[in-house]
Amino acid sequence: MLQIKNLTKIYDGGVQALHNVTFDVPKGQFLAVIGLSGSGKSTLLRCINRLIEPTDGKIFWNGEDITAATPDEMRRIRRKIGMVFQHFNLVHRSPVLTNVLAGRLGYVNPAWSLLNRFPGNDVKKAMKQLERVGIADKANHRADELSGGQQQRVGIARALMQDPEIILADEPVASLDPVLAHSIMKHLEEINKNDGVTVLCSLHFLDLVHRYADRVVALNEGELVFEGLPQDIDDKKFKEIYGRDAERVG
Amino acid sequence: MEKKKSIWKSLQLGLGVLVIMVVYAYGFEITNVNLEELQSERRQNSLVRVMRALAQPEIFEYEQAEQVVNFPFYVTCPPEGTPIEPELDTSNAYITVSPTCAEPGEIVTVEGFNFAANVSGPVRFVPGSDPTNLVSIGRDTVTTDGSGYFSLQFEVPKRPSEEVQYVRATLRENVGLPRFTRTAHETWDKIIETVFLALLATTVGTLLAIPLSFIAARNLMKPVRSPLTSVSLSTLGLPVGMMTGFYVVDWISKIAAPLTGNLITNIAVVSLVPVGIWFATRWAMPPEELTVPPLGLRMARMLVLSLATIASFFWLFHLSGLTSILGRLADQSLGSIGFMGNFLYQLSDILKLLVPSLGALAAGFTLSSFLGRLGQRISEKLTGATLKVLNLVLAAAAGATIFLLFGALIEWLYQIGRPEYTYYIPGGIGAGLGLLLAMLTKAKDTLPVGMVIYTVTRTLLNGLRSIEALVMAIVFVIAVGIGPFAGVLALGLHTIVSLAKLYSEQVESIAAGPLEAIEATGANRLQTIIYAVIPQIVPPYISYTMYRWDINVRMSTIIGFVGGGGIGFLLQQNINLLNYRAAAAQMLAIAVVVSLMDYISSEMRERVV
Ligand SMILES: Nc1ncnc2c1ncn2[C@@H]1O[C@H](COP(=O)(O)OP(=O)(O)OP(=O)(O)O)[C@@H](O)[C@H]1O
Ligand SMILES: [Mg+2]
Repeated sequence: MLQIKNLTKIYDGGVQALHNVTFDVPKGQFLAVIGLSGSGKSTLLRCINRLIEPTDGKIFWNGEDITAATPDEMRRIRRKIGMVFQHFNLVHRSPVLTNVLAGRLGYVNPAWSLLNRFPGNDVKKAMKQLERVGIADKANHRADELSGGQQQRVGIARALMQDPEIILADEPVASLDPVLAHSIMKHLEEINKNDGVTVLCSLHFLDLVHRYADRVVALNEGELVFEGLPQDIDDKKFKEIYGRDAERVG
Repeated sequence: MEKKKSIWKSLQLGLGVLVIMVVYAYGFEITNVNLEELQSERRQNSLVRVMRALAQPEIFEYEQAEQVVNFPFYVTCPPEGTPIEPELDTSNAYITVSPTCAEPGEIVTVEGFNFAANVSGPVRFVPGSDPTNLVSIGRDTVTTDGSGYFSLQFEVPKRPSEEVQYVRATLRENVGLPRFTRTAHETWDKIIETVFLALLATTVGTLLAIPLSFIAARNLMKPVRSPLTSVSLSTLGLPVGMMTGFYVVDWISKIAAPLTGNLITNIAVVSLVPVGIWFATRWAMPPEELTVPPLGLRMARMLVLSLATIASFFWLFHLSGLTSILGRLADQSLGSIGFMGNFLYQLSDILKLLVPSLGALAAGFTLSSFLGRLGQRISEKLTGATLKVLNLVLAAAAGATIFLLFGALIEWLYQIGRPEYTYYIPGGIGAGLGLLLAMLTKAKDTLPVGMVIYTVTRTLLNGLRSIEALVMAIVFVIAVGIGPFAGVLALGLHTIVSLAKLYSEQVESIAAGPLEAIEATGANRLQTIIYAVIPQIVPPYISYTMYRWDINVRMSTIIGFVGGGGIGFLLQQNINLLNYRAAAAQMLAIAVVVSLMDYISSEMRERVV
């Protein structure tokens, strides 16, 4: 259970990216986060694993306050929260396998990382994750030799290495074509349904929201403007979320 | 209005041109630009001489065979009439002069026969009646044709004598294969020294510049923040740890000393201790842990790790002993590759020299980071008021420590000898500043430690970078004496500061995405650097290192001008001795080596990047 309470983020420049956002995410839910560009979706997701320090408000996860966690505790919390990015964020010059293994960094002893050593079990596990997303044959290729869709699978495999309880996906399919988008979304759906991993996924296309999400929260200029089921987004709600002049497509 | 503006504009332009002209005129004046001097005959002649010498670098020479032949000759014909032609040995080389006597100023013809083909040398007039006389007058150079014949007309010198005098042809011939001159050998030795000077400087510089470049990179240092408790404790920990480390290593060296001279114990220790260390670290640092272990176990681990560290220093001393013994053995028995032995021997010396500082650094950083973490814990656990009091005390102590260390440095540099100026007052000021800081910040606030370290490092780097390597070389020549070692130190230091700057700019321009992704997995700062930063900076780092290697080769060719070793010393010497042909050989060597290195480094850069 993830509880977000009165979350506010004001950036150094004075931009108010999040304003008093409150909602809960039950365990095992597939939650879509929607909103216009600049509405604060990325900021919200990054506040949850504190890649961005919230200005105010609290985030509780299984009763523990993430916003008050010490650096050591944060390491323990982060390793249970996988993250998938719009631009994949792989280390281009490293092999795919190393990129996937990086998902274990929160678990392994930092001293061994100096020698670039991972336990044998982790390597086996990494291969298994790569098989799961269907690119085991690419394990020894450099990450930048892969296509966008393949890179995002590596990103998912990396998140899976963390044995996550939550996956934060920040527009995971925004830079992929529609066919690839569905295949990536299906991987996330499968992880959500089979492993019971909670997924928070920001999305731009409503058809994807309808197809995959259990529940939706919508942001507009940093404020929560909608919270409910995907099918509850009627034309009126739509205009509230995306503005007066927006037209529904697809 | 418009008009005024345009007048003002042209006035500005005219004024600008005037200023530029004045600047250049002054420049001409003070740099002594003088084309007339360049055209004067004296200058022209010496220029031609130098250019010709430079065009003939002294690299090869031949064994020379001389053919010396004399012919008797009378200046002013003797009263008894034209002397009869002497008997000539026409089976060998010979010369004839006709006529066989003449008045001074007359032109006579010298012909040579039976010489070797295409050889050359001087034809001279030998005054006096001794054909072996060394004194000679005039010098006309002749070259024989394909059949060994030459002919020459020369003016009879004003050396009248009643006795017989001689005309002598000395023709020299190159025999055998060309061989290297002494200059060539010397140049070779020195150019090798030059290349290795550059190599060592680049290696040392690169190794030290890499860690520096991380703490001089804004994007890595900006997020580093700690509460005051942690900062003060780690500030206190650094000098205390370094001192402890130094003494502990010193103590280890005393224990190890009686054993390090023995080959058997050396081999035993060097081969067995790593096994123990390996098992100890395996036990104390499990690769993966899902839960936080109990306090007792963590204490035990720390103890084992400390013991392992002590053991590894013990091992280092034995390693040094072993290499020293092996080096000496090899030096005596390996003959021509005995330098490998000497290398080992020197290596062991360097090791022995470095180990105490290594120990000091290791202990300093360990204690500092341990205390830093302790401080972090304390500031998490304690309540506001208690923490505030603790912060006041710790910050005062830390501030005083920093100022006292600076005071000690100043005392050492200037030998003021008045402790109130170098210790008491600075210590008081430091404590005061610490107190002030603790009072002004909230107890649990985090301070931008990273940015402070970043700023200090950057400032230091920029300051040092502005000192030319040549100037550094002068300082090091004074410190360690004339020779390549001073050059290595100077170039090394310059390499560190300039590479650290270039490297850190590369770190600052890496893609932030992977950094964020690695951080999100729960990786700590060290892991983030290893997995997200380093892979991104390898290509530019290699490329900059190559570039620096280029510069170092160039620099090492001239660093000898100030006594820093390498070929520059030889070159300067030869120029001063007006020995231009030798200097030309060295210039050629420099040109070849620099362009070769240029080529190699650009090839390698292309390969890797
Ligand atoms: N590092 C930053 N510093 C200052 N302002 C920022 C920063 N990052 C984002 N912002 C601002 O915060 C607001 C929310 O940005 P955010 O990236 O969360 O939006 P988003 O919903 O993810 O947009 P998109 O759909 O384009 O990714 C924007 O106005 C943005 O300009
Ligand atoms: Mg975004």
